[in-house]
Amino acid sequence: MPSSPISPRSPNSMGRGVKFLLPLLAALSTSAAAETLGDTESGAKIFARDCAQCHMVGPDAQNRIGPNLNSVYGRRAGGIDGFQYSKSMIRMGADGMDWTLERLDAYIENPRALVSDTRMSYRGLKDPTQRHDLMAYLRNYSDSPQNIPEAEPTALRTAPDLGPALSPEILALQGDPEYGAYLSAECTTCHLRDGSAAGIPSITNWPADDFVAAMHAYKSKLRPHAVMQMMAGRLSNEEIAALAAYYAIIQN
Amino acid sequence: MALSRRIFLSTLTATLAAPMVMAQTGKPRVVVVGGGAGGATIARYLAKDSKGALDVVLIEPARTYYTCFFSNLYLGGFQTYESLGHSYGKLATEYGINVVQDYAVGVDRDAKSVTLASGTTLSYDRLVLSPGIDFVENAVPGWSTAAQHIMPHAYKGGSQTQLLQAQMAAMPQGGTFAMVAPPNPYRCPPGPYERISMVAHHFKTNNPTAKILLIDPKETYSKQALFEEGWNIHYPGMITRIGPDMGGGVIEVRPDTMEIVVDGEAEKVDVCNVIPAQRAGNIAAIAGVTDGNWAPVHPDSMLSKADENIYVLGDATNQGDMPKSGFSANSQAKVAANHIRGALTGSTVFPAKYSNTCWSLIAPDDGVKVGASYEPTAEKIASVESFVSQTGEDAALRKATYEESLGWYAGITTDMFG
Repeated sequence: MPSSPISPRSPNSMGRGVKFLLPLLAALSTSAAAETLGDTESGAKIFARDCAQCHMVGPDAQNRIGPNLNSVYGRRAGGIDGFQYSKSMIRMGADGMDWTLERLDAYIENPRALVSDTRMSYRGLKDPTQRHDLMAYLRNYSDSPQNIPEAEPTALRTAPDLGPALSPEILALQGDPEYGAYLSAECTTCHLRDGSAAGIPSITNWPADDFVAAMHAYKSKLRPHAVMQMMAGRLSNEEIAALAAYYAIIQN
Repeated sequence: MALSRRIFLSTLTATLAAPMVMAQTGKPRVVVVGGGAGGATIARYLAKDSKGALDVVLIEPARTYYTCFFSNLYLGGFQTYESLGHSYGKLATEYGINVVQDYAVGVDRDAKSVTLASGTTLSYDRLVLSPGIDFVENAVPGWSTAAQHIMPHAYKGGSQTQLLQAQMAAMPQGGTFAMVAPPNPYRCPPGPYERISMVAHHFKTNNPTAKILLIDPKETYSKQALFEEGWNIHYPGMITRIGPDMGGGVIEVRPDTMEIVVDGEAEKVDVCNVIPAQRAGNIAAIAGVTDGNWAPVHPDSMLSKADENIYVLGDATNQGDMPKSGFSANSQAKVAANHIRGALTGSTVFPAKYSNTCWSLIAPDDGVKVGASYEPTAEKIASVESFVSQTGEDAALRKATYEESLGWYAGITTDMFG
């Protein structure tokens, strides 16, 4: 077994380790839990109050003073042909701005902060709960990820904070190999456990420190690869340590 | 994988004497119905991780499983038919799973038992249904499963895939291949469009004046910009898509005369691939765990909302944002396996994490992908991050993406079958 700051627990201490782990896991699952955007019924009321004077949604929606908001998620800014947008909005679209969850959130909060000379004469909605309710209501009129997997997400993830760059504290984290074994099931959909590597690289028999460093580099998007950035992006520091602990002890 | 003597012995008895499925082993029993991406994966993970503490029974009618994923690559000539076939042998001999070659025809939820076509009744402590899809009756007027030998769906792996390939190969020069694409939701969102690409590749090589008609009831579809870009580059003028604005949603087929009727106008075609609207595989409705066409499940465990002893996986479920795909079913199986082991053996239940990636091949070495990660919320399995290949990517990246898909196929089939 390679010597490493992330040493797996010995089998004898496993029982205690697991018991000890339970409160930690409860905390993890709470902090990592995603939340669907908001309450669509409340959002419908906010839409009627703040938006419906200018915007329409639904099967018969047309462009009025504002563009219709069907399929606004994922739409290019200024993207409806023939609608009279501000120059600011058209420039944002030309620069490649799509309406993602984060951008719509920012735009509804303070329209001019995102698009300086927008024609939308709306002061903004400061209350995040109301904003997310409204976004949830609008989300119902865009593509569903079940049918179009690349469609904008429907939940806000309380993503683990990237925090400081790889610190000695992160490297020193003791991972739980049992949790690592569970998490590793996501890896083996693509990576072969026997170490063979055609098209997809081998991930077995890596020194634990290198493993941790690589996963953090994906998480911070320093390493390019959309699938790996996504996979690592939602792993907490403890979960990366758990995976490293597991991969340090498996044998082919 | 190292085998304990105990697992090895129980495997021997199970495989040598089929009636042993009735034997009371004293261990909690999990019965898994369906040996595809969901069922094979969960059977393997349950057996592997419980280390003999669970009696795992896998019910699957096919002796060899032919994957539906990658079947388009066979149509395009990039894979052999044999390469799509996988045996359950290792699951039985190396993992001690009792693989029963039969159909499940009934579920008694009160008695917690499953009846097989052979008449055998199997009791369970937990039941996993992973039956894939069946087709909605009369979804395409004129088409029924009785017509699938004339107008194949080829949307379940196996002989239907071979039939469609044979029809393509036999199509007269300059003939017309039609596909009736399904409405949402259906198995493998980019699948019909990857198939169009692979059919077009076959014709470009073997029948360059052939025409492809795609009749589609949907306004938009997955990876649309990527497919349209690829079709223009690789197969200019060959493919015509008739969307709902042109009558693509008002379709009738006439298998007897090989005609399709779009918006009231009949047209003769040479090959017609009808992919109808879909629903959960029959056994889910028989078990009474469906609501409408699909089986609702709890987002943190894949446990049926109708029965606390039944889990449902994969295409058959209504879970939220995950597309119906082999990758999704494989991902869901691991979460459910962890949950079942927790319930039956007291092992630690870890938080659910799900993911999916769908690769599609547009032309030789021109691969694209779409993927997302998912987490349970109170209401559903929700998408939290997604990515998709971009138009205009360079050839090296597209080639790497295609090679990655080959690696994934090796990975997931090993994850399913050992």
